[in-house]
Amino acid sequence: MVKFGLLSKEDTDAIHGASLEVLEKTGVKVSNDPALKILKEAGCSVDGNFVRMSPSLVQEAIKKAPESFNLYTRDGSRKHTVGGSEVIYNPGSAAIYFIDRDSHEMRRANAADFRDLVRLTDALEHIHAQSTAMVPADVPEIISDLYRLYVILRNSEKPIVTGAFTKEGLLDMAGMLEAVVGGQEELRERPRAIFDCCPSSPLMWSDVTCQNLIDCAEHGIPAEIIPAPQIGATSPVTIAGTIVEANAEFLSGAVISQLVKPGAPIVYGGSPSAFDMRYTTARLGAVEAVMAACAFAEMGKHYGVPTQGYMGLSDSKAVDGQSSFESGAGILLSALTGVNIVSGPGMQASENCQSLEKLVMDNEFCGAAYRLIRGINVDDVALATEVITKVGPGGHFLAERHTRENLRKERFFPSDVLDRLSPDAWEKAGSLDSTFRARERASKILDEHEPAPLPEDAADALQRALEKILGRYDIPISSLPAI
Amino acid sequence: MGEGILEGLREAVWFFDEEEVARLSEEAVKAGMDPVEVLEEGLAKALREVGNRFGSGEAFITELIASAQAMEVGAEILNREIGKRGVTRKSAGRFLIGTVEGDIHSIGKNIVKTMLTAAGFEVFDLGTDVKSAEIVEKVEELKPDILGLSSLMTTTMSKQKEVIDLLKKAGLRENVKVIVGGAPVTEDWVKEIGADACGLDAGSAVEKSLKLMEA
Repeated sequence: MVKFGLLSKEDTDAIHGASLEVLEKTGVKVSNDPALKILKEAGCSVDGNFVRMSPSLVQEAIKKAPESFNLYTRDGSRKHTVGGSEVIYNPGSAAIYFIDRDSHEMRRANAADFRDLVRLTDALEHIHAQSTAMVPADVPEIISDLYRLYVILRNSEKPIVTGAFTKEGLLDMAGMLEAVVGGQEELRERPRAIFDCCPSSPLMWSDVTCQNLIDCAEHGIPAEIIPAPQIGATSPVTIAGTIVEANAEFLSGAVISQLVKPGAPIVYGGSPSAFDMRYTTARLGAVEAVMAACAFAEMGKHYGVPTQGYMGLSDSKAVDGQSSFESGAGILLSALTGVNIVSGPGMQASENCQSLEKLVMDNEFCGAAYRLIRGINVDDVALATEVITKVGPGGHFLAERHTRENLRKERFFPSDVLDRLSPDAWEKAGSLDSTFRARERASKILDEHEPAPLPEDAADALQRALEKILGRYDIPISSLPAI
Repeated sequence: MGEGILEGLREAVWFFDEEEVARLSEEAVKAGMDPVEVLEEGLAKALREVGNRFGSGEAFITELIASAQAMEVGAEILNREIGKRGVTRKSAGRFLIGTVEGDIHSIGKNIVKTMLTAAGFEVFDLGTDVKSAEIVEKVEELKPDILGLSSLMTTTMSKQKEVIDLLKKAGLRENVKVIVGGAPVTEDWVKEIGADACGLDAGSAVEKSLKLMEA
């Protein structure tokens, strides 16, 4: 097993101890009444919105969280384990911009763009989960969280990484999922979606995200607790201090979730950025941000819970050298760290923009990363002494059975997005760069790929669930973009 | 002596020395100096300069914030004296600022607020996570020249639009200029939601606000 780690055992112990101290002495600000009540009943010191937690309470809570769970495809027939060393890539969220397919310029994202992204993701071989990756501008904001889920459920079978914008949003979205899979029990048994519940750095839980976390625990829906510190601005400038703070935020969420329902599935997530002191931007592609995200996951592994990280995205506005380096580094390092859910492919301009060509390009990097973590197999067959002897000095291996038998096991086969031509052939093919080829592949997939259709009865149930929600907001379904 | 105090104040703001700023501000008041002039020519001038150095990349945001905090310390002392004397500082305009509903981020808003104060604006701060309806009420009550709406997150920036829509509904949109700010904000967004300008960083927020006042 290939492994990468930035923290020693002593480091994780020191960080754990420091986070416990923060939770005991400083505490977190919780702006949610039900959570305050639960925490108080569990013996926390509650002073207004400020909650201090004892180390023993935190230790007990984290022990109860499961070390893995399964995430299922829409029809429940296939599953991915979330935990251990499994890695699932999904597009990063939630972008408000999209790279226009014709002009290649950045503009506001619409529902139709999101549908294209979902159908493309459905076809890409190394992106194993969908994500509600955009905030479409042409959908009323009050229902835009759940509308994105609707788009995915209609256009793809892959499991879903999502989140709600309001308290009602989460319950409505759970209702839509239940409608499609056939009820609350089925969804609890075989979850199809994970929901993001993000604390606000430093050390705060907003009313909405905290309620989302509680509702997830109650419904048996896996929740990703994602601290998003801006290093140097909303967390200490030292990476270690940032991990201490984020870890305290995660642990406080774990306490709330496990008090609501012991054993509720939670994921240790992270969306750290290096706050740029020159341009005051949040750099998610910065090397320190990637280091922090990997370290958060190492803390998650230390506690024995599944992990998530925003990696594989770039601060570059274009699909260029910078975006390839930042995304590629994040994709490889997250895989080597064993981050279970990697949210980021397709994303550029930090967390602001999604692009089809970048998603197609990142998909290649994800494929390479899966190959990397399979490592180098060293057994008698792989050592190949027999065939080396047979071929001998001066021969070649192309005609050997050993080559034919092992080629597919040993190699990652990229698509033609990655240039593998001879210089001459490349020139004859039009001297195209990888961004151009990625656009071509995206278009070809969108023209040809037919996602598995949603069975009629499930589609009807979903439609009824959506219409019921829309009715509450007086939004006629005819006013929404057709997808 | 007066020039010496002003020079000392400017230096103390540059080096974010809050104690020295407080000491010199008190000294200026005791010496009977014009508090408005001390504020303008000492504190605000120094912060504007740090702002310029930030704009050109010589200073980092941490330094700008530290200078701004040092200025605030002196401004409090001088404003007290200004109040006592019953004089007024020439106002560049009335500015109402807040972070929109659902968003509890305050760094960007606060730095813009101090830079605006340095530029001579009278700033009213609504805080963070402010409901759109409350912002509209405050526009009606305080009658600002400019309303500044901050939002860090892509998931809350739509509230900037909501505020503008509510202002239109209340018939107040023509009475106030609206400038939006925050990480995800762009010129296109300004057009889309019918705002008047956007501040892409603390420096440009002030520059654009001054321009809006001329318009």
